[in-house]
Amino acid sequence: MDIQLKRGLLDVCVLAAIKNEDSYGYKIIKDMKPYIELSESTLYTILKRLETAEMLTVRTAEHGGRLRKYYRITAAGIKRIEEFKEEWKEILSIYRFVTKEDEADE
Amino acid sequence: MNKQEFLSELSNWLSGFTQDEIDERVNFYSEMIDDRMEEGLSEEEAVRDIGTVDEIVSQIIEETPLVKIVKNKIKPKRKLNAWEIVLLIVGFPVWLPLLIATIAVVLSLYVSLWAVIISLWAAAVAVIGCAIGGIVAGIMFICTENALSGVAMIGAALACGGIAVFMCYGCNAATKGVLKLTKKIAIGIKNLFVRRERA
Repeated sequence: MDIQLKRGLLDVCVLAAIKNEDSYGYKIIKDMKPYIELSESTLYTILKRLETAEMLTVRTAEHGGRLRKYYRITAAGIKRIEEFKEEWKEILSIYRFVTKEDEADE
Repeated sequence: MNKQEFLSELSNWLSGFTQDEIDERVNFYSEMIDDRMEEGLSEEEAVRDIGTVDEIVSQIIEETPLVKIVKNKIKPKRKLNAWEIVLLIVGFPVWLPLLIATIAVVLSLYVSLWAVIISLWAAAVAVIGCAIGGIVAGIMFICTENALSGVAMIGAALACGGIAVFMCYGCNAATKGVLKLTKKIAIGIKNLFVRRERA
């Protein structure tokens, strides 16, 4: 997959993974695993980027005698997901146009 | 490799970053290993699951802008002693020209690389010019009196056009090659700044 495209997709995927409830690093990776492979280093960069863009906030909480970072989505993050859905509606209609001839062949 | 070894090796490799950044990265990977162990993996397995330190460092270097790395490296980690400041000022006539010379040499090598690319394109444009000029002149010759020379000239011009197409392909490939090389050089310089030889 195109790197630029994948980067944009991963950002939205991470936002989606924390959309319904706060989550932490390892859980985000596990939740995304069935859909898209994500390495720890990549996740770190994405989380940093999203934090800088104020699409999520970070808090540290105690868990089993150690500290764990939890990530929460912000209004800007939710807005990004909505924008993504709109963008992909357009892309899907383009996809249908592109594959129209394939279907006619079958 | 156990967790402690993994994390200390990672922070060693990242010596070019600020302490805050190193701590944040190390804590992140520490949490990742702990979470895997909580799920039932052994310490060794959890560390193996994260990937090798080398892979992680390569990825970090690739993602960090060169300017930031150099800035981190140059910024002193502690306050300078009085004698270090004196030495810096006294040694100024020595280290400044050396620094400028080094930068100038690296820069000029890079510029000359692009100069080659520009001259290749210039040659291609010249051949295209020959083709266009030849056709125009040929038509003029035919319209005046010397029809035979005109036809010959148009023929030569068409040949030039054909060569120009080939040259454009070559120039394009060369330009892409230099761009790729630029990226490799940038990663090489970053490596120079970040990675510390294993003691």
